[in-house]
Amino acid sequence: MSTHTIVSLPDQSTARIPKDNYITRENGLLSWLLTSDHKRIAILYLISITFFFFIGGALAGLIRLELLTPQADLMASDTYNKVFTMHGVIMIFFFLVPSVPATLGNFFIPMMIGAKDLALPKVNLLSWYLYMAGGLLALYTMTVGGVDTGWTFTTPLSTHYVNTNVLTTGLAVFIAGFSSILTGLNFIVTIHKMRAPGLTWFRLPLFIWSNYAASILMVLGTPVLAIAIVLIALERTLGIGVFDPTKGGDPLLFQHLFWFYSHPAVYIMILPGMGVISEVISNFSRKRVFGYTAVAFSSVAIAVFGFFVWAHHMFIMGISNYAVLVFSLLSMLVAVPSAIKIFNWSLTLYKGSITFETPMLYAFGFMGLFTIGGMTGVFLGSSGTDIHLTETYFIVAHFHFVMVGGMLMAFLAGIHFWWPKMTGRMYPEKISQLAAVVTFIGFNLTFFPQFILGMLGMPRRYAAYPPEFQILNVFSTAGATILGVGYLLPVLYLVWSLRYGAIAGDNPWQATGLEWQTQSPPLTENFAVIPIMDHEAYDYEWLEKQQKEKGVTSVG
Amino acid sequence: MSEHNEHAHHIVGPGVYVAILFALLIGTGLTVWASFLELGLWNPVIALAIATTKAVLVVLFFMHVKYSTKLTKLAIFSGIFMFLVLISMTLADYISRAWGSW
Amino acid sequence: MLDRSANTAHSAHEGHPPYLRHHFNSTEQQADAAGFAMWLFLLTEVMFFGGLFTAYLIYRNWYYPAFVAGSHQLDVRWGTLNTLVLICSSFTMAMGVWCAETRRRKGLVLSLTLTFILGLGFLGIKTVEYREKIEKHHVPGFHYSLKSFLDPQSDPEIYAEYHDKPLVPDMARHTELYFSLYFLMTGMHALHMIIGIGILGFMILRAKAGAYTAGHVTFVENFGLYWHFVDIIWIYLFALLYLISRHQ
Repeated sequence: MSTHTIVSLPDQSTARIPKDNYITRENGLLSWLLTSDHKRIAILYLISITFFFFIGGALAGLIRLELLTPQADLMASDTYNKVFTMHGVIMIFFFLVPSVPATLGNFFIPMMIGAKDLALPKVNLLSWYLYMAGGLLALYTMTVGGVDTGWTFTTPLSTHYVNTNVLTTGLAVFIAGFSSILTGLNFIVTIHKMRAPGLTWFRLPLFIWSNYAASILMVLGTPVLAIAIVLIALERTLGIGVFDPTKGGDPLLFQHLFWFYSHPAVYIMILPGMGVISEVISNFSRKRVFGYTAVAFSSVAIAVFGFFVWAHHMFIMGISNYAVLVFSLLSMLVAVPSAIKIFNWSLTLYKGSITFETPMLYAFGFMGLFTIGGMTGVFLGSSGTDIHLTETYFIVAHFHFVMVGGMLMAFLAGIHFWWPKMTGRMYPEKISQLAAVVTFIGFNLTFFPQFILGMLGMPRRYAAYPPEFQILNVFSTAGATILGVGYLLPVLYLVWSLRYGAIAGDNPWQATGLEWQTQSPPLTENFAVIPIMDHEAYDYEWLEKQQKEKGVTSVG
Repeated sequence: MSEHNEHAHHIVGPGVYVAILFALLIGTGLTVWASFLELGLWNPVIALAIATTKAVLVVLFFMHVKYSTKLTKLAIFSGIFMFLVLISMTLADYISRAWGSW
Repeated sequence: MLDRSANTAHSAHEGHPPYLRHHFNSTEQQADAAGFAMWLFLLTEVMFFGGLFTAYLIYRNWYYPAFVAGSHQLDVRWGTLNTLVLICSSFTMAMGVWCAETRRRKGLVLSLTLTFILGLGFLGIKTVEYREKIEKHHVPGFHYSLKSFLDPQSDPEIYAEYHDKPLVPDMARHTELYFSLYFLMTGMHALHMIIGIGILGFMILRAKAGAYTAGHVTFVENFGLYWHFVDIIWIYLFALLYLISRHQ
């Protein structure tokens, strides 16, 4: 690992955290719980999603423990079904969907566009309360028997064949959905209406473009999930018959409505992460993102095309062959914009001045693992191969590669990249690099065997499996243990850094974004004077000129 | 970049509203009258066409979209587009199934 | 509005209206953002109802005779009256927005009150229609009765108008699906009406106090958008539920 670094910290003997910042401006619990400051709301979200992440992670641990042996011996099959269902529900709705948008997006979108807050600050706070209400309801559901339908609530199982807490979990997801809608709505309005003077669309950081695209998906897709849940609730309580074949209904209608949201949902999850990667790769190559316009448009293209492919989750469920053909073709299309991004990031690295600080390590991990995950998605989008691979561990491996190897790594990249800005403190570099490597190793050991298991035919969502699959499952569980360590370490050292980390100063990464041109942590109003944008995004020459003029490279 | 509030420039007056009201009332009468006629396949087509015309009048004039920014119009268009994608692509599955009561 | 000039944080910001939130640069930007946000919210409502419209279209294609028979149970006259009521309420609401924009306080209060009354009228008519359905046991899940469809002549008024043939029992059972969607769609619409009427009540009180006729019309404008949207949903519900299935 190169010892060269671009980190530039102020003189630690004289540096101080600025006295007036968004954390110190007001005191007391209520000032946090009733805040309208987007930065405080971002921190509230950060704490809560971390909490839910570890609950989801504990459930994952239980899954992997059970799968150490071929028999369903650690827990009954019914319990196992509940465990993987809650793992999915919590990880998707209460961790992945809000992860980057609600934390880093909330914190930095206004700052990156030179605004004082989001367009609707109180709605932002409401979003967090809705999120917490949904999350706590989901946790409560776990204590009263959970739900065992899988996070996909497939009908008619969820409407007619189980007596677990489908309604409460559905309600929790419904509430969390509104949180997501309001966040996306807020972002779209803010990005359109509150950019600083001179900040045209094509001068925006790509993080903004990605969150904007994800917000479109949140606003247009989530309501369809809402109505699908309402229909399930009415089917279960009143027996209205919309999904009941004995009354003439079609269970597939639920799946159409559910996946109409849930496919765009995966892009809601990944797009903000891709935005983070754009920022990180540019900064740690000291180079403007190659093909800025292509990356910007590809974000929107992913959002738009993402709406046309949902039935590739339903190839074996009974849709018509014609529909299979159309959706398979369209699914091939949607891979293209994602691939464009990977190419552009690679070309950004080419001839860049690369350094290997922790955010960059996570970004490299993202590029490799997301590529693998994305390519395996093509096998699944192709209907012929999907018939063999669907509902096996191949799918499980595919989505964990893109979501954990991709999205979670991007989230960690972003947290580490912007940690000094949010807290005024640097995290400890050596141990964080170690954690990144441990995570990468653990991840591959956990999930790569699952591709093989899937191809060999091990079905997903089963507590028991044929004994010949055990060795790969044992590898996977071993990897999960390592992965757990890799995720625990950041929690420990990031909390440690709040007290003992080096003072970061305004711009320890020598980054070009607007958020880096002000103090760390920022003022409540973000900027003392609204900046005027007169240069392009990722303009490292502009930054150099700035630093020469100021005579210092950072302010303590 | 802030955009000027269109209402600083254009306030829609009662005259327009009264005209649209009458158009909507007439449209309602028309569509009810048409529903009494036996027109086979054309009944739903005419009913939905009249409904859409009424909706467009409400959107353009009562909701001031005629005097709105391009952004507002684009947003509305994309919402309607997505709604149509939901209906048409789902229906495409149902219509193309070999079994079922078609 | 509170007099905030005593607040030291404000003393540097004199010259802007008290309703300008500090993260905005101007009242135009604030009103613009609020209006755009309202439109985005309406788009979510379009997608929300969209799921129901999808279900309706699919099952109407599958069970056409049942949907025709079900739709004959609806009274076109009540439906037409409701449509006229809502259209007039959209007119009064639009007039209300104009009154707010031109600072006509009394006109605004009158317009909002008329809109409120018309809204209640709509719900009243809906109650009459729903009661009819309940009496005839056409509510899915609550002793749903197939009698009107197996034996149309047991319903003399409707039989006189449509002369429906009896449905085979299998198809007759699917009328329950029609009524599920009927209650779902009109019920969801009515829920939105109730919320709207509630907000209207609040607005009438605030309008009386002059809150919306001092230059800050955003709330009235955006509520108007919501109200017109609910009207548009009804325009389509009226066509789909009452009008398009009247003939075999």
